[in-house]
Amino acid sequence: MTDQIIFYALALLLIFAGSMVITVRNPVHAALFLVLAFFTSAAIWLLLEAEFLAIALVLVYVGAVMVLFLFVMMMLDINLAPLREGFARYLPVGGLVALLMMFAMGLVVGPRYFGSERFPVPARHAADYSNTKELGSVLYTDYVYPFEIAAAILLVAIVAAIALTLRRRPHIKAQKPQLQVAVRREDRIRLVKMTSEKKGSP
Amino acid sequence: MFETLHGIWQVFPEGLRLVIIILLKIVAILVPLMLCVAYLTFAERKIIGYIQARIGPNRVGPRGWLQPIADVCKLLLKEITIPSGANRFLFLLAPILAIAPAFAAWAVIPFDDVKVLSNINAGLLYILALTSLGIYGVIIAGWASNSKYAFLGSMRSAAQIVSYEIAMGFALVGVLMAARSLNLQDIVLAQQGNVLHWFWLPLLPLFVVYFVSGVAETNRAPFDVAEGESEIVAGFHVEYAGMTFAIFFLAEYANMILISILASVFFLGGWLSPLEGLPASLFEVPIMGTLLGPGMHWLFLKTSIFLFLFIWLRATFPRYRYDQIMRLGWKVFIPITILWLVVIGVLIMAAVPPWFN
Amino acid sequence: MIFDIAPAAPEIFVLGMACVVLIVEAYHNEPSHALVYWLAQVTLLGAAVLTLYFGPEQTVLAFNDIFVSDPMSALLKVAVCVVTFVVFLYSRTYLREHDLLKGEYFVLGLFAVLGMMVLISAHNLLTIYLGLELLSLSLYAMVALHRDSESASEAAMKYFVLSALASGMLLYGISILYGVTGNLDLARVSLIITEQTEPNTLLIFGLVFVIVGVAFKLGAVPFHMWIPDVYQGAPTSVTLFISTAPKLAAFAMAIRLLVDGLGGLIGSWQDMLIILSFLSMAAGNIIAIAQSNIKRMLAYSTIAHVGFLLLGILSGTLAGYSSAMFYVIVYALMTTAAFGMVILLSRSGFESDRLDDFKGLAQQSQWFAFVMLIVMFSLAGVPPFVGFWGKWFVLKEVIDAGIVWLAAFAVIFTVIGAFYYLRIVKLMYFDKADTDRSITSSHEMRFVISVNGLAILALGLAPGLLMSLCVAALSA
Repeated sequence: MTDQIIFYALALLLIFAGSMVITVRNPVHAALFLVLAFFTSAAIWLLLEAEFLAIALVLVYVGAVMVLFLFVMMMLDINLAPLREGFARYLPVGGLVALLMMFAMGLVVGPRYFGSERFPVPARHAADYSNTKELGSVLYTDYVYPFEIAAAILLVAIVAAIALTLRRRPHIKAQKPQLQVAVRREDRIRLVKMTSEKKGSP
Repeated sequence: MFETLHGIWQVFPEGLRLVIIILLKIVAILVPLMLCVAYLTFAERKIIGYIQARIGPNRVGPRGWLQPIADVCKLLLKEITIPSGANRFLFLLAPILAIAPAFAAWAVIPFDDVKVLSNINAGLLYILALTSLGIYGVIIAGWASNSKYAFLGSMRSAAQIVSYEIAMGFALVGVLMAARSLNLQDIVLAQQGNVLHWFWLPLLPLFVVYFVSGVAETNRAPFDVAEGESEIVAGFHVEYAGMTFAIFFLAEYANMILISILASVFFLGGWLSPLEGLPASLFEVPIMGTLLGPGMHWLFLKTSIFLFLFIWLRATFPRYRYDQIMRLGWKVFIPITILWLVVIGVLIMAAVPPWFN
Repeated sequence: MIFDIAPAAPEIFVLGMACVVLIVEAYHNEPSHALVYWLAQVTLLGAAVLTLYFGPEQTVLAFNDIFVSDPMSALLKVAVCVVTFVVFLYSRTYLREHDLLKGEYFVLGLFAVLGMMVLISAHNLLTIYLGLELLSLSLYAMVALHRDSESASEAAMKYFVLSALASGMLLYGISILYGVTGNLDLARVSLIITEQTEPNTLLIFGLVFVIVGVAFKLGAVPFHMWIPDVYQGAPTSVTLFISTAPKLAAFAMAIRLLVDGLGGLIGSWQDMLIILSFLSMAAGNIIAIAQSNIKRMLAYSTIAHVGFLLLGILSGTLAGYSSAMFYVIVYALMTTAAFGMVILLSRSGFESDRLDDFKGLAQQSQWFAFVMLIVMFSLAGVPPFVGFWGKWFVLKEVIDAGIVWLAAFAVIFTVIGAFYYLRIVKLMYFDKADTDRSITSSHEMRFVISVNGLAILALGLAPGLLMSLCVAALSA
């Protein structure tokens, strides 16, 4: 009972946050609503006893991805008004198509195949059940091949991002810390012996 | 008296009783924490004073001991100003977002072998996730203030925290590998033995990286470019006054204490006693034995060492330049941590005593 | 648990070497990138040798049934490696002359090859998706590598957005298949589908999305919009790569998904493929006539050839799949030569991608005009070149499958298509050159492109050899 109340509260919040993401005018607000959506979905995953995935979602998406996203959005200060031009004009057609598609898909992907009564209720795990351990043991044994491929994809993403953005400018004046550290007094200072100046000379 | 209280207690339904107990536990953690924060600011001013051959605050109360109380009163009574053109809701939300994760992370800290608010399996992950959230307070504050200085400060802070989080995460992966658990209590127990069994020795590079990243994550000197008084006034909280400013201040110091206590838990054996391994008869002496045995006081002592280090660093080093911070994070710390993870893997596979047998 | 990782030795080798090349590139920064280039080439040859060495006689599963190694995968992997080897060789000349030579080109190329190999050896819906993403991600970056070119950036953007959409479609289809069958393993999915007694609309629903994804990656009409823009906008060396080796992988993906996984739904996907195939042949051949840019023309030619390739798959028999496989390998060979000629004629600061640039080639270089003639005749399907046999085998299977009307249309469209291929021959032999050009390319490039052209001729004279390999590959 309490579980259900919590679930529905979170689900409602998630739907609210999700719809706000695409309707609010200010992009920064939209991003913050997306953060809220991530948070609530993480909470729902916790209800499903998937604590590793839930925390990883918060850690990766909320803690890193969305921060960078916000960073860029605040820097660019995007004006969404031109992007929204024609929104009202295309809304009826787009809405109609979307509704039709939803209807068609609803006919196929309905409770006939995916109704909750078609699937058994999953068993509750004991308190010492560690989701993380289970995931790890599957990920590094049964699914090690796709796991490594996924790692290669991330590596390619890094290589691509660096290859596309890094420009080597040979003429730029940048500091070379190793040279700075290696500097000695003799390289910088030359003591010159001079006779002291006489008073009254022009 | 006790009977009546017990009677009233029995009236509550069981679910509510649980909630009340948890709330009381939270209060029992947070109230001392806030007091610690207050006196940490005092300690900071005193210590830096002595390091710089000054006396530090000494006017309010005996030897200045009431100085933090006076500060709190002053901040409470000040007016909260909201800049024109600021986003009012986000402007006020930002301090809350800064302080909430700093407090929430305390839920999983084990104070001794039984005293822990929530002994969850994925404690280490939980800590990582929550410490990564504190940044929202900073960037929202910078953006909502509608001020260039604040914005610049928050941008710097965002880039810095995201960068150092990676090194910090990798350092904690080393801890998790060594302890073979994400549970903080298990991590402490895995360090049982004596001082040499604590993880600071096998994970020495990670220990250093963790603490320095912690300093960077809390935006403390010498990584405090987010505040950077000389360039951007006071960084992200330049527009905040009164209690809103005080909350940022509170969050910063609470985070410092958190990083310190985590460093003690992960690398210095948490509540374990450094004298462990001495003959058992020593610990059976009435009061001395309890003091020398494992317990909360050891955790607090270790934490204080790290807090002193924080302050010492601030008094000693000049501020890093921004590109130097990035260089240190990406080109030095991350490679070191990755390399050391491989070393730990080898150590574990080879079952090197005394840590991994 | 101990795995038998030997079947995946080529993949592991390519991944390891790609990382080595990456590190070498970072620390050994010389302008000619010779070391990186040769390391990449050695990797490809090594992978081909390893594939042959570990190539099994029959199907072998590894990594908990996620990975499959069978004669088909061995043949296709060797083809991918050889084609990429030639592509890298051609590319190096082009990149050097256009001042685009970067080590990342070869690194990303190797990762793309790894993606193709994963895709070819996929025995699980998960690996199909991952292999596809690895391949596509590398390709997007390669298209965008020429940062200062607006058209390349635009092409990369279009490719990325549309391709991501298609990946999303594919993923949606996969998730529905998973929802219905409860399995990601292709063999088990297939088993569950064949055991079903009544038709399941939901499976068809998922199938539609899967077909959309496959059709996009192959570039079949109406999911072809990206091909002309990307082919034209990307640097020719990248176009060369995109148009050849990935098609082999896309073919493997189609076979793995449609035949190995969804073979039980053949009645449904046959009809869909008929439509795709017909439209591709029609649109490709007719629109290509109107092009004045040879890269764009070859893009539409690709679309037309994809239509033919689909003919082989939709016939639904083992012989049909073998003929499609023959077709796709031959197609890769011909396209490599065709874009190779474009690269051969280009020089620093001059792209040579207009049809007019081929005017009067015969007067300047009798030999290379002849090579181009072989390529164009083969693409058009003129006997005795190998392109003719590709079409012949495919058409035979379609007629055997009883879809005679489609075969008839295919022949008509081929005749229409012959026009634009033969136009290039006419330009080379019967028109006068506008510009005075001299072929400046390296000796190795001249040598390999000659071999490439002669291979088209030689395979055309003895098609049985390759065909028997293809038949053996699929019948195991």
